[in-house]
Formats: sequence, C-alpha cells, structure tokens
Amino acid sequence: MSIFDTFLNWKVFVQTLPLLLSGLTTTLTLGITAIILGFIGGLVLSLVRLYANTPFRQLAIAYIDVFRSIPLLVLLVVVYYALPFVGIRLSPFGAAASALSIVSAAYSAEIFRAGIEAVPRGQFEAAHAVGLSPWRLMGDVVLPQALKIVIPPITSNSINVMKDTALASVVAMPDLLKQATQAQALAANPTPLISAALIYIAILLPLVRLVSIFEKRLAGRGR
Amino acid sequence: MTQPIIEMKGVVKSFGQFHALYGIDLTIREGEIVVIIGPSGSGKSTLIRCINQLEQHNSGAIVVNGIEIGRGRRRAAQVEVGMVFQSFNLFPHMTVLRNVALGPARVRGLSWAHAEERAKRLIVRVGLEDHITKYPGQLSGGQQQRVGIARALAMEPKVLLFDEPTSALDPEMVGEVLDVMQQLAKTGVTMVVVTHEMGFARKVADRIVFMDGGRIVEQGRPTEIFNAPQDPRLRSFLQAILSH
Repeated sequence: MSIFDTFLNWKVFVQTLPLLLSGLTTTLTLGITAIILGFIGGLVLSLVRLYANTPFRQLAIAYIDVFRSIPLLVLLVVVYYALPFVGIRLSPFGAAASALSIVSAAYSAEIFRAGIEAVPRGQFEAAHAVGLSPWRLMGDVVLPQALKIVIPPITSNSINVMKDTALASVVAMPDLLKQATQAQALAANPTPLISAALIYIAILLPLVRLVSIFEKRLAGRGR
Repeated sequence: MTQPIIEMKGVVKSFGQFHALYGIDLTIREGEIVVIIGPSGSGKSTLIRCINQLEQHNSGAIVVNGIEIGRGRRRAAQVEVGMVFQSFNLFPHMTVLRNVALGPARVRGLSWAHAEERAKRLIVRVGLEDHITKYPGQLSGGQQQRVGIARALAMEPKVLLFDEPTSALDPEMVGEVLDVMQQLAKTGVTMVVVTHEMGFARKVADRIVFMDGGRIVEQGRPTEIFNAPQDPRLRSFLQAILSH
C-alpha cells in the first residue's frame, strides 16, 4: 500500500467526512460557548479582583490562581467522573463546557486586569472629574480602551480554548477528534485522523495570523 | 461680598511620611479668580486635587457649594467642580464632540441631542468648530487643552480648577489656551488656577496665593504680591522666576 492509500485515502476521506463535519460542529459549539462564558466570567472576575471589598477580592484571587494551576484534563475528569458522586451529573457537553469556561475565565481575568491597569491614571481622573459614576467610568471610559489593548491576548486565549476542546473526547463527547478516532476504527485507516488535524489547522491558523496582525497594528500605533 | 463657594479649614494631606499640605485655610468666593503660585512640590496641585477629591484629605474640612465633602461624598464635589488637567486627559476613543457631551449626557441626564447641542456651543466658544468630529490624537496640544476646557465647562460647574494647564504645551500654543482662560474669566465663572504663567496671574487674578512647603505663605492682590512681596520666600521665588 502506498503512503497515499494509508494516510490520504480519498475514498475513506469522502466516506468519513460527514462524521467529521458533525464532530466539527460539536467542537465549534463547545469552543464558542466556552469562549463567550470565559470572556464574561473573566471580565467580572477581573473587576471583582480590582475593585471589590477585601473578602470578595481574595475569593477572586483564589479562584484565578487555583484554576490557572489545575491541568484542564484533570479538571474535566473531576467534573465528569467525580461530581456524579455528589449528585451533580453533567452531560459530556455540559462537563466539557464547564471545565473549559471555568479555566478560560481565570486566564481571561488576568488578561483583563492587565488591560485595565494599562489604561493611564489620567483617564480615571478625568472620568472622576467629569463626575461619572463608577459604572459609567468603566463602561464609557476605561473598558473601551482596555478591551482594545487586550484584543491580541484575548484572541490568543480563545485559540487555546478552541484547541483544548479536543480534550473533551476523553469524556466521550463526539467532538472532531472523537469522531475522527471513531471513523479511523470503522475504516481501519488513519486518513480521518489526518483530515481532523488538517481541519483544526484550517480553522485555527487564520486566527493565529490574526493575532500577529493585531499585535503589529497595536505596536505600530505606539500606545 | 459674594457667597463663599469653597471653604477649606485646616486641611491636611500626607502621602505616607511626606506632608503635602499642612493645615490649609482658604476661602474662595463666587466669581473670584484665584491663582496659586509657588515652587514645585509646594502643594499647589495637591490643594486643588483635594477640592475635587482626586486626593482625599486626611483631616480638616472642605466645603464646596455648601456641602462638606470627604469620604462617601466624593462625587458630590466632582459634579460641581470642573477640572482641566496638565496632560489634558481627553478620552482618546471619543470624538471632540463626544468628549464634551459625555458629562452632560451621563451625569446631568440630558438627552444626547441636548448634550451635543450644548457641547457644540462650547466647542465654538473655544474656537474649535472645525474639529468637532476629530479624535484627540488628531489635534495639537493647545487644541486638546481647549477641548479639555470645553469638557469641564459642559458640566456647568460652580468652580473650574486648572492644574498647570499650559505646562505640557509647546511655547507657541500657550497663548491660545491662556486667551481662552482669560475670556472665561470675564464671564464670572469661579476659577482656581495653578500656573507658572506670571503674566496671566498679574493680568487676570483677583487674588494670588503663594504656597511653599505645604502652607499658604502669603496671599493678596496681584499688585501687592508682585510689587510689594512681604515674605522672603515669596521674594526669592519671584526673583528666580522673573529674572530670566
């Protein structure tokens, strides 16, 4: 058998493509859910960490530190296999989405904090001097500037979340990787695995490029 | 005599071990133009930053427009007091129009249409009607500072504070900002100005306050301060600043 028949078998590719595409849909749904929840969670956490009263601030710091320390795979296994013992039974999607969002929120929180702290002090003072309420100060003045600053690292984090969705195959979620291994078993041929790898690259490579472009543009503006 | 609009009694402010203000007593009346001068580090900026609570004083009392300000009453002061900063501090992600309209819309509760109408009038008043839709980054320093003045005016404050408004400007732009301030002084608005522009102080001020080492050392009319300074520290300060 030639290398093409083994790794890039057209017939196998066409046969297993529908399965792979259904896996891709699951992967994208999972990834986007986790990215959105992680974004919102991270923003709230960063604000609590920066501005809340001491006990809440310390809770936020503890959350951020703990979930940046735990390996995602370990968290996922705990959520899916251990929580049922205390009566919390999540679907594979629910378990994977929770674990990914929880960790992404912790990383995003640190990114947002850095972004908010990078907004010059004078901006806060000017907003105070105009008499803005704390919410308006954040919403109208600080966050628009902070979000611009964090576009590259937040995009980078989103790429990581998208990649980490592949771990969900461990808890039997029919994502792209899981479907690919399934298809490989059915077809007795590794072509689906190669296809899956190429699909991941095709989706994430443009995003990786985008981060570089953002970074260059931000550096070019010199602020 | 008009009503006092700002009353400071025994105001103390320290940053750790360093005392920036040692018991300041100062009353400013409605419509008065007060210029604060003094060597750098004398507490001038700290004094006006306490008036709108960008710095919170450690002890003593500050009454602005009849309301004692301090902990928990921070915004009460900030809403009634306008501030023009040395480094402009315009909001870089908003147009000139939006910068000026933001306060009236968000704090005074005007509709955006009304707020922008008011903003336009003020922008015309500082001579920037051709730059309304530009962003701060597209303006010169002098133009940015005039927007800063319009932004402060838009809140219709009882008092306008100026914290070295021309110190960050290239020399050729100082004049345009001082002109706007001088025009403003004629309209009866209360102004407290920290500046090193002695020409402006002499011409525009009703009263000059000289500070040194966190204390008010001497105050009086411009003619008294410039022509007959009493305290040796004021004399040497004026000598140093006017001799070149």
